[in-house]
Amino acid sequence: MSALKIELKEKIIEQLNLEDLSVAEISDSEPLFGEGLGLDSIDALELIVMLDKDYGIKLADPKEGRKIFESIDTMAAYIEANRS
Amino acid sequence: MKKSVYINSVGSISPQHTLDNTLFLEEVVNYNSSTLNVIAPNYKEFIPPAAARRMAKGIKMSTVSAKTVLNEAQIEESEVDAIIVGTGLGCIGDSEKFIKDIIDNDEQYLTPTRFIQSSHNTVAGQIALGMGCKGYNFTYVHSTISFESSLLDAKMQLEENEAQHILVGGVDELVDHHENTHRLIGHIKDTPTNSNSLLNSNTSGAVFAEGANFFLLSNSKTSSVYSELVALKTFNEIAKERVATLALKFLAGNNLEIEDIDLLIMGNNGDVNFDDYYSQLTESIFKHTPQAYYKHLSGEFDTASAFGFWLGNKILKHQNVPNAVQLNALKPKKLEIVLLYNQYRGENQSFVLLKRC
Amino acid sequence: MSQGVAITGIGIISAIGNNVAENFASLISEKIGISKISQIDTIHKNDIMVGEIAMQNKELEALLNLNSDAYSRTPMIGIIAAQEAITNAGISDINDCATGLISGTTVGGMDKTEQYFYDYFEGNSHWNHITGLSAGDSSKKIADYLGLKESFVTTISTACSSAANAIMQGAKMIKSGELDRVIVGGTDAMSKFTINGFKTLMIQSDTFNAPFDNNRKGLNLGEAAGYLVLESDKIIARDNKKVLAYIKGYGNANDAYHQTASSEQGDGAVLAMEKALKVAELSPESIDYVNAHGTATPNNDLSEGRALLRIFGDKVPEFSSTKAFTGHTLAAAGGIEAVFSVLALQNNIIYPNLNFKTPMIEFNLQPEIKLKQKELKTVLSNSFGFGGNCSTLIFSKEA
Repeated sequence: MSALKIELKEKIIEQLNLEDLSVAEISDSEPLFGEGLGLDSIDALELIVMLDKDYGIKLADPKEGRKIFESIDTMAAYIEANRS
Repeated sequence: MKKSVYINSVGSISPQHTLDNTLFLEEVVNYNSSTLNVIAPNYKEFIPPAAARRMAKGIKMSTVSAKTVLNEAQIEESEVDAIIVGTGLGCIGDSEKFIKDIIDNDEQYLTPTRFIQSSHNTVAGQIALGMGCKGYNFTYVHSTISFESSLLDAKMQLEENEAQHILVGGVDELVDHHENTHRLIGHIKDTPTNSNSLLNSNTSGAVFAEGANFFLLSNSKTSSVYSELVALKTFNEIAKERVATLALKFLAGNNLEIEDIDLLIMGNNGDVNFDDYYSQLTESIFKHTPQAYYKHLSGEFDTASAFGFWLGNKILKHQNVPNAVQLNALKPKKLEIVLLYNQYRGENQSFVLLKRC
Repeated sequence: MSQGVAITGIGIISAIGNNVAENFASLISEKIGISKISQIDTIHKNDIMVGEIAMQNKELEALLNLNSDAYSRTPMIGIIAAQEAITNAGISDINDCATGLISGTTVGGMDKTEQYFYDYFEGNSHWNHITGLSAGDSSKKIADYLGLKESFVTTISTACSSAANAIMQGAKMIKSGELDRVIVGGTDAMSKFTINGFKTLMIQSDTFNAPFDNNRKGLNLGEAAGYLVLESDKIIARDNKKVLAYIKGYGNANDAYHQTASSEQGDGAVLAMEKALKVAELSPESIDYVNAHGTATPNNDLSEGRALLRIFGDKVPEFSSTKAFTGHTLAAAGGIEAVFSVLALQNNIIYPNLNFKTPMIEFNLQPEIKLKQKELKTVLSNSFGFGGNCSTLIFSKEA
């Protein structure tokens, strides 16, 4: 599980061009959107592509992403449960 | 009564050291190449990382140019009434990457950022977003009159007092596929060309480049004022033998004669097949007028004429024609009125008249 | 000094017809142009519905007397619509006064660029399309075809409000006396680029788009071109012209909220409508019909609906979106909807907002769902785009 979380943080930094951030600076539980990391709706779409490409999980409705991408914890749990 | 329109400040990112407005081509960078890139500033000093992370090069260049413009005129972001950007190709680098992704990945796993950046108005939109400017926002994308179309729009609004301060800019990026395909069709010179000998190259094609040149246009002067924008006119095409006639007509429309022009600034790019459009003026009616050129410094791109506009403004403000841009041996007796002429491959011609303030 | 801006010609090609008459016939008989995609080979063909122009490229080439593969589809459909507008305006010599062309496009020659992207390096057979990627090249081709000489020709690209902005700038140039006549509008052909682009934004519907419906699933992309001929009072008097309608007001503002989405409360849209009303010197009550942007994306229709409520209060006039007929034709949308607005004024009708069933839960707004006869004096048309671009045009019967 924690390996997956580190992997997710690395991917988020790379995919979303957050080059000034390090893996250590992203906490597992803090919100990724709004207050926390400050991601926005375009980032959510980027993350949906990442789920599809890297974990074989397809989301049809972008609204589904809101709950899944709440934090690294929720993302990792969702991927563990649904990856193909 | 129409109001007068002034250029109050400038911001230029080019293949020369132009971003520092206290300098004026005291040092010129010479190139020996067929393409030129801009001398990039350290973008991090100007743009917060959170904002910069999704910005294409064209947006970064424009953002920094625009900030320079506002700083120099000491205008608050909230005082800008409108943003008008000219760009031949927009953030073409992202467009190319998105097409490549579509083809290479067979339309799968595509991400939105590149598509969003591909929209031609992304520069004007992102500047507005960054400044919180809810005013008029336009983007003109018509080859080598993209910038002049923006100037005309701004001028009309300022004259009618529909706006008081308008941010106007021209921006284009030089990127791979665009460069490589334009090499195929001979629009780029096939041999490296020295900046100093550009006009004597005797070869076809141009030295391609990129840049962002922004200006604050207002209907009142600030203390930083550069010049007054007297008039401009664009044409979809002018036959070679009609260039001089239309130049005279343009001058006459503004109650000016050949002798009133103190300096002619020409867009010669050293393309042996098309530079004779400029000779229609330089070697005939303006033979006895001091002349300048700039594309050996800026390179050629859709909004290179915005660099020419920058040059005209700097010359009028500094009252000095740098050696590096002199096209003929005539020295201006005074620098009050400057005429700019530009065209590309015989199309999209423009005349612009600037007056000293 | 300030002059009227008369519309003397209209031209259109879209998924519901190849000319004005066909488009109008479709609008009043509820004939929609949305179908599965047939002319572009895409892996998304089963996930999307689109509004394609029926004619294939080879038919367009034959009609325009062009060599095979000479032009991208964008300028070809642009020429057809612009030429129809010129003919409609009864113009025999296009250069008999200061005539300009202002055209909006987003994709330009993208259809050919994506097709030959790598082929260019294999051989020279498609090199004619290399310079066609430039958006301005499509306007140049239209201007050349129409025979414009030593003229003002430019291109506007402000995403989905491009044509509306072209019409606005043209109107201003007539008013200021810069031009006597100007052809204004926009053109955008379908491309893999936009299909995939909107796919990444997840706002394309897999079924018929349903503007302002609570269960709307997103937009259908369309392709179209629509142009108007605008002429000054001087030319109207000189040529004793019949005027179809007038451009009475226009407004452009920026939402400055998000790169692609509209703000929650429709700030930019409100500003654009306010400006247009001010230029027209009209009060909101005097607007008889609103041709909404209404793309059927969750975000647009909510934002635009709220903006309508902010402008019109509890007296929102009859409104509808015609995108259920044509799809969202991007840069051309403001052009074809201007043509529809002129036709609405001429015929005193309001078009149905097709596919609407359930009002949105956020507010009590109901578009017109049946063709309706009503004496119209003014029509307000909205066009919004990426980059926060919001534009409003007001058309009127009287100057």
